[in-house]
Amino acid sequence: MSTRSSLVRMADLTAGDVGRILDTADRFASVMDRDIKKVPTLRGRTVVNLFLEPSTRTSTSFELAAKRLSADVVSIKGQGTSMDKGETLKDTILTLEAYEPDVFVIRHPQVGACAMAGRYTDAAVVNAGDGTGEHPTQALLDVFTVQQEVGSLDGMHVAIVGDVLHSRVGIQAFRMMGARVTVVAPPTLVPRHLAEALGVEVSADIRDIADADIVYVLRMQVERMGAGGFVPSLEEYARMYQVNHARLGPGQRVMHAGPVNRGVEISGEVVDDPGSLIEAQAANGLVVRMAVLYDVLTEAAGEPGEDEGGVLLEAA
Amino acid sequence: MAKVLIDSDQCRRTVARMAHEIVEHHPDTSAVALVGLHTRGVPLAERLRVLIEEFSGEAPALGTVDIALYRDDVGLGGGRRGVVPVVGETILDFDIASHAVVLVDDVLYTGRTIRAAIDAVFDYGRPPRVELAVLVDRGHREMPIRPDYVGRNLPTSRDERISVHMAEIDGRDEVLLEEGS
Repeated sequence: MSTRSSLVRMADLTAGDVGRILDTADRFASVMDRDIKKVPTLRGRTVVNLFLEPSTRTSTSFELAAKRLSADVVSIKGQGTSMDKGETLKDTILTLEAYEPDVFVIRHPQVGACAMAGRYTDAAVVNAGDGTGEHPTQALLDVFTVQQEVGSLDGMHVAIVGDVLHSRVGIQAFRMMGARVTVVAPPTLVPRHLAEALGVEVSADIRDIADADIVYVLRMQVERMGAGGFVPSLEEYARMYQVNHARLGPGQRVMHAGPVNRGVEISGEVVDDPGSLIEAQAANGLVVRMAVLYDVLTEAAGEPGEDEGGVLLEAA
Repeated sequence: MAKVLIDSDQCRRTVARMAHEIVEHHPDTSAVALVGLHTRGVPLAERLRVLIEEFSGEAPALGTVDIALYRDDVGLGGGRRGVVPVVGETILDFDIASHAVVLVDDVLYTGRTIRAAIDAVFDYGRPPRVELAVLVDRGHREMPIRPDYVGRNLPTSRDERISVHMAEIDGRDEVLLEEGS
């Protein structure tokens, strides 16, 4: 059983935790401006990245984040088999336990995989996306990006457009920070009870993005749709719901977690628009993941703040 | 019960003496950088800067350093959310290679903070020299570190706690001795 503070679900965090992590991310952003972009904070700690589902940006940024903090990193990539995934993950975790890792960063195609992994390890577990479940570091970096580039989310209106059903978009995180959220999607791509569960408005009409400060576009998760029947065709979806310049007003900022399907959920011109926040999201992934690793691995031996000269630093 | 070891008047005179000592050691104070350690070293460095400018006519450079990322105990404890050391701002926007860095902190105790601060400074550049100014030296060093400018030597036992209050942060200047629990 993991005894450390893990990050499996956004619900593990209070708004105060989110604030602290994002403040730390902001400090790491200034470390990235230095000539020496590395700090010795996690020297001697071991981070295992276990990516059992394809991922480029998340796995790369977690790996670089751990390295910039001087941790030792092992990255394991592979596809989960379709059968006995739970059992396979358990055995993998138990095997890797032999190396006494301090953190497991796990991406897995099944919802709840990370929570389960936490039962078999003493290490902290950081969820890097579990199927259609959660992806808390993505949610944190989205909040961080809005706060850095636009301003406080409190009272802001965020429209989330597209495949909510198969995505791990951090609606909760936006709500936690005080934003009003409107989900705009074909009814087949909206989970049941979403409106009541998260306190969001739901609309099937793309024109309802008009009033939003932020338009968050979700990728059509074709690989999760299977035989589908969720939308008649991607062309039809694009015609009805594509976020493009004709549908955006001045000052509306567009986000997308990537990878983008240009010409499907979003037009290429919007992706390349200098006003879009998509590049900032990619860049912020690194510092936010550094902050999360720092947060789950760091704890004061003494009470922080008292008697700066010593108690703060006395090793336990 | 807390006992006042240094009151605000004594504190003012002590800081002024430290500023004089720094000027005495550094004829060219424009080639000095005062670097305050978070949290209470920061206002202390600012005060020293004002006084040094007054005494020598030349203001030294000013910076802050936060040692949270350079601690030697990260990840060694049990881990509870919410007791994470807050990472403060490190601002060293002067040319490190041409300034004698004077690290400024309120209390010198084990020396581990200073060890961490020296490491942090060297990730920004190679200063020609590094010195240390502390308001209170309470002893019990665990590192080969000694201060160059000391406000007051206060021998203590390890169970006792020294609390430095500074007006900028705590509303008034005083140094308190508290019995350990």
